[in-house]
Amino acid sequence: MDEKTLIAKRVALELFDGDLVNLGIGLPTLVARYVPVGRHVFFQSENGILGMSGPITGAENNDLTDAGGSPISALPGAASFDSALSFGLIRGGHLDVTVLGGLQLDEEGHLANWMVPGKMVPGMGGAMDLVTGAKRVIVAMQHSAKGESKIVKRCTLPLTSVRRVDLVVTDLAVIEPTDSGLLLKETAPGVTVEQVIANTGAELIVSPDLRTMPLEG
Amino acid sequence: MKNKLISLEDAVARIPDGASILFGGFMAVGGPTRLVDEIIRQRKSGLTIIANDTARPHQGIGKLVVEKLVAKVITSHIGLNPDTQKQMIAGDIEVELVPQGTLAERIRAGGVGLGGVLTPTGVGTTVEEGKRTVEIDGKTFLLETPIKADFALLAAKQADLYGNLTYALTARNFNPIMALAGATVIAEAEDILPVGCIAPDAVMTPSVLVDHIVTARPR
Repeated sequence: MDEKTLIAKRVALELFDGDLVNLGIGLPTLVARYVPVGRHVFFQSENGILGMSGPITGAENNDLTDAGGSPISALPGAASFDSALSFGLIRGGHLDVTVLGGLQLDEEGHLANWMVPGKMVPGMGGAMDLVTGAKRVIVAMQHSAKGESKIVKRCTLPLTSVRRVDLVVTDLAVIEPTDSGLLLKETAPGVTVEQVIANTGAELIVSPDLRTMPLEG
Repeated sequence: MKNKLISLEDAVARIPDGASILFGGFMAVGGPTRLVDEIIRQRKSGLTIIANDTARPHQGIGKLVVEKLVAKVITSHIGLNPDTQKQMIAGDIEVELVPQGTLAERIRAGGVGLGGVLTPTGVGTTVEEGKRTVEIDGKTFLLETPIKADFALLAAKQADLYGNLTYALTARNFNPIMALAGATVIAEAEDILPVGCIAPDAVMTPSVLVDHIVTARPR
């Protein structure tokens, strides 16, 4: 199993029947594939639909797309709406879970994921509203990039929000930001606590209930 | 009541150089394709455009950027249009980045007569710079100001000849919000219908907000 699949499978276990869930672009999108059987989850796309599903070949419709403009389909029970309502769902506390990628995450649980000054200025899109407003924010990202830990003492990149995220799932570990710091709750299969600590640029508190990451619900 | 259907050429001829324009659409889905192409043909320039994103370089309003007709953009995302980023870095285009939900509410505020909106989004980030904060029940909010524009250019699924509009699925996005915030509102509709064909409950933008309609179907 590659690292992205591992992360997506673990995140999928955090989604429950009836949840309204928004998946960010890239890695988080993969999570939809691994929702445990028997759990019906409503996926929202912030351009104005809940109940989205993968595209049906031959039935693409120019007026039914995801936030990247690619064709999708809709499940029974889906609803479409304008951008103010879409962000009303997000900001108003009606969105159960958002899963987002990350560039940096720090000891306070702050996420930076929308720009690298001087290098990449795509705009924040819906990320700031999602992190500020969702009931639960899950960060799904590789533990390191270019040999450097993405989990750091303090973010050096501009923050997405000052709200503390709820859970971080990487290819090495599951970490929960808490009042006392970053709690290491799970290690990936075959990964030791020492390896996680060695690959993390921030202080970790090892949970007394530390376990191996489950991947099936 | 007058029939609001006019030609594409006439519709765009009403837009002066330097105008501010709200564009419906999200990655060009639900954006007024023919109006954009006609703006390019008539070389309207120095425009301020307000839209969710600047699409891709050869798609939707992304074309206006490529054609260098834009002086300023107020938007939430330019990541898929390298031309916007290039012109921004070169100082040829001014870009104001706004969180998407805040953008929707600022336009809504402009259209419905509110003096601004209070949002938790952006508090403590670079978005807060230069803005007032307000405490309500112990929680901090940013005061975000309303947005209005000289024009709103929309894309609709259906329009009747009075200008009642419907939208389809995710092509709705910013369109109904912008319909309230443009001084002159022009809607490009896929289907143009006799008055009465759109049931009152189905109308998503009432006709009184719409000044002109044009057909999305080339003759």
